[in-house]
Amino acid sequence: MTAPLPASRLERLESWGGASSAVGYVYRPSNLDGLRGAMAAARQHGVSLGLRGAGYSYGDAPLNAERMLLDLSRMTRVLAWNPTEGVITVEPGVTIEQMWRYVLGDGWWPPVVPGTMFPTIGGCLGMNVHGKNNWSQGTLGDNTVEFEALLPTGELISCSPSHNSELFHAMIGGLGLLGCFTRITLRMQPLHSGDLSVRSLTEPNIHALVDRMEALKDESEYLVGWVDGTARGSNLGRGQIHTADYLEPGADPVPNRTLHWTHQDLPDTFFGVVPKSVLWRFMRPFMNNLGVPFVNRGRYWSARLQGDHTFRQSLAAFNFLLDYVPNWKRAYRPEGLVQFQCLLPAAESADGIRDLLVMSQQAGLPTYLAVLKRHRPDRFLLSHSLDGYSMAMDYRVRPGSRSRLAALFEEMEDLVLARSGRFYFAKDSALRTSTARAFLGEQALASFRQLKQRCDPDGLLETNLARRVFPEWCASVAPGPDSQLGPLVVPSRVEGAGGG
Amino acid sequence: MDASTPVIERPLEPRRAAIIVGASTGLGAALARKLSSVGYDLALFSRDLPRLEQLAAELRAGSDRKVFVHAHDVHDVETVPGLLQEALRQLGRLDLFIYNAGIMYQQDADRFQAEEELETLQVNLLGAVAWTTPVAERFVRAGQGHLVGIGSISGERGRRAVPGYSASKAGLHTYLEAMRNRLSRHGVTVTTLKPGQIQTAMLEKAEAIRGPISTERAAHLAWEAIRRKRQVAFIPARWGLVSFVIRHIPSFLFRRLNL
Repeated sequence: MTAPLPASRLERLESWGGASSAVGYVYRPSNLDGLRGAMAAARQHGVSLGLRGAGYSYGDAPLNAERMLLDLSRMTRVLAWNPTEGVITVEPGVTIEQMWRYVLGDGWWPPVVPGTMFPTIGGCLGMNVHGKNNWSQGTLGDNTVEFEALLPTGELISCSPSHNSELFHAMIGGLGLLGCFTRITLRMQPLHSGDLSVRSLTEPNIHALVDRMEALKDESEYLVGWVDGTARGSNLGRGQIHTADYLEPGADPVPNRTLHWTHQDLPDTFFGVVPKSVLWRFMRPFMNNLGVPFVNRGRYWSARLQGDHTFRQSLAAFNFLLDYVPNWKRAYRPEGLVQFQCLLPAAESADGIRDLLVMSQQAGLPTYLAVLKRHRPDRFLLSHSLDGYSMAMDYRVRPGSRSRLAALFEEMEDLVLARSGRFYFAKDSALRTSTARAFLGEQALASFRQLKQRCDPDGLLETNLARRVFPEWCASVAPGPDSQLGPLVVPSRVEGAGGG
Repeated sequence: MDASTPVIERPLEPRRAAIIVGASTGLGAALARKLSSVGYDLALFSRDLPRLEQLAAELRAGSDRKVFVHAHDVHDVETVPGLLQEALRQLGRLDLFIYNAGIMYQQDADRFQAEEELETLQVNLLGAVAWTTPVAERFVRAGQGHLVGIGSISGERGRRAVPGYSASKAGLHTYLEAMRNRLSRHGVTVTTLKPGQIQTAMLEKAEAIRGPISTERAAHLAWEAIRRKRQVAFIPARWGLVSFVIRHIPSFLFRRLNL
């Protein structure tokens, strides 16, 4: 038996949605040596290692129960920044927030950002996140110039779309199962203003909503739809669309002011007096099947009455909508929330989403927040994207509702598969192995497995999500002639050999 | 997947997991059956691995719950932290820990055997300390958990027929009380179960048999106490009254009694 791990490292970590948690041995390296040391420690103790950024994945992706977790949020250095070219090189623990604050003053902005600014770049790349401009700008991976990663073999490898291309397209979106990013170089988007021109309009049902978004996508930089998941009948899938465009040179009279971070900072009070930090407490009483339809109706009609209108909003306020109410997820306490995010081909989207909404409503589990985005396919091996729409649906977890949610999600998975849809692992809590196999395809899985054997032959890298969805890639749960229970086979490899 | 594959957790299908040390026979085995029936995954420890395997096979047959078994002698205190972590990796979580290992030599007021007394203290008390200490630390860091120790009504007074046994259980009671005082502020529950007489192999060593209950009944009552997060529970409850009386018998009288 190998030596036990130090109990002083034990921490309970939650999934971001708060619906699951796990106790693990957490290591927080601050540089490459620390990273190598943690990998060596995992080998020495014969346990697997999970990679974690800021822990903003909704489900069990950033957990590795009773094993080691490498929290990369201390690797926070910006290694290089070229304000003329707009190319930045960062360590994996740098957050989206840190990055936009760094480049904004020079007139740049990250071309792809998720709905919150707190995830790390390493985590975002591991999940290959997208923004509200996925159909035009692609994913974060599409805007990655190159990266360097430490493989569990000890190799330090650099990849770009042209160099080590296969690994480039597998490690991005590779769920942290092949290696750990150590430096990431990204292209930024040039700006002439820190504001966006935002347009708001409403549509009365899901078909009109999707049709309108399809028409708007060619004339907008950003596009996002909010869907009232509780409206029924002829109102089913009604919602609000926001489009946004960068401002042309000269359109902003004071670019120096809007390109300053103080202009971007979200206000921390409502009406100048109510601190936003307490707002989730007021949301809480409405987080039920009576309150949400009420709130949604108010939201829809206030947008409808304002009509089709255009206004200016800062980039941060538009992009990081999820940060608008701090800690809003606490309104879902104590059991948390789970999200079901699927992608449907454009032609299938309206009907598919209609069916998903009806299914949820009939199960008595309407989605409390539903967001629609436009996507395009990409070349990444475990890609979630396709030419169509993604539907992200939040569900409140209640004591006793988990099994009903599991049954609903299974039903919805089948529906999405039948319509040739795909799924997004950053949000996932429930996907079955068979579903993942079906949408990713045997060929992609075989290629990934080959790369896993090359980069991580002893199966050092694992997470709860990997064990749940891809057990065959996980040494600790994989059945097979040579797989043994418990400790990994500790190889005689010299740690660090082949590095550099 | 075979029986030794670790539990795969699914957020929407949460599981519960328990460890029982001293699970091959008697109350431990009955507790394993009970916990399995209410939905726990189990990691079971005992010296008697074949018997444990048999029990595990029986439990696995009836459900989709996972049962892991480990050969372990509670004398081997230095192996405890490693074994605990191995079991936790299999279970993926820990909600309940029960230290049930216990021995008793023949009750006999004319017996003076130091090895037997030391052995009793080793298994009943030191083994419990070796296990509950790392489990308690883990529960504190996790911010939740339930620690259960099996004491005895014999630990309520020093009984002339079993000085080592009485001392071991009294020591365990105090140790668990201290743990309770230490852990309750961290959201961790500590339960001391104090059984009277249960129909197990241990009963054969007793001087006098006073209304024993079956192991199944005892396990049921133990589970009820655990479920209700009781701090101290007598099994069955009537022993609480007996214990109250016994604790208040003055020494000049108690030492003349046949208790």
